[in-house]
Amino acid sequence: MPRLKVNIDRVFHALGDPTRRAIVERLSEGAMSASRLAVPLDITVAAVVQHLQILEKSGLVRTTKVGRVRTCRIEPAGLSVAERWIGERRSMWERRFDRLGDLLEEPDEG
Amino acid sequence: MENIMEQLSVTHSTFVIERSYPTSPERVFAAFADPAKKRRWFAEGGSSGPREFEMDFRVGGSEHSRGKMQDGTPLANDTSYQDIEPNRRIVFAYTMSVGGRRISASLSTIELLATDKGTDFVYTEQAAFFEGSDGPKIRQAGWSSLFEQLAKELAR
Repeated sequence: MPRLKVNIDRVFHALGDPTRRAIVERLSEGAMSASRLAVPLDITVAAVVQHLQILEKSGLVRTTKVGRVRTCRIEPAGLSVAERWIGERRSMWERRFDRLGDLLEEPDEG
Repeated sequence: MENIMEQLSVTHSTFVIERSYPTSPERVFAAFADPAKKRRWFAEGGSSGPREFEMDFRVGGSEHSRGKMQDGTPLANDTSYQDIEPNRRIVFAYTMSVGGRRISASLSTIELLATDKGTDFVYTEQAAFFEGSDGPKIRQAGWSSLFEQLAKELAR
């Protein structure tokens, strides 16, 4: 996953709009299609897509289009949830291999 | 017709951990193959070890480990051995569940290489993390950090 540089001005502009803040809040609960986002906001899908473009340029959201469905996800640059999870999983194994190292230093009971 | 199903998301990732152990590949391999040995270093969450740990170390065999996180949430690891080359390679698939909910599935490879210093050890994991696996707390921590950064910029 390429790292996006967070441009604070763009983030400020993106979050300065209440509809966009609502979109970000909704997406932080889980990925969602653009058409589904439009429903509770009571705006057109075209309007959602315009907001998503601004959010995507600011690095806060990532969208992928497969066929006719555009799926949107939170992507706080440098604070990626996925990166955090992988970091934690990796740390778990590192601790295990540290303990393995300690065990291997003990004389074998045979 | 709008698709009203819950949006699912999967994140794929690969990571590698390398170690050098000043002992023979046979001893390193034994620490994986012998349940009494494996239990001692594999267990997470303190000296009490997992509540349950059973292991059938052979190709096609399974291993199950049950424990608890610090806050008491149940944690489960289910492993299935895919390939075993004694003293050289172990390949296994494993899933993790938190609070009874499956959060990831991975393919892991352990390679052991004899050197004049002992054993070079390489662990490669290719993982698929499922929707909701991060939990609300981690997402929250990420966001408050971002907003703090934003606040600092705005205060300039």
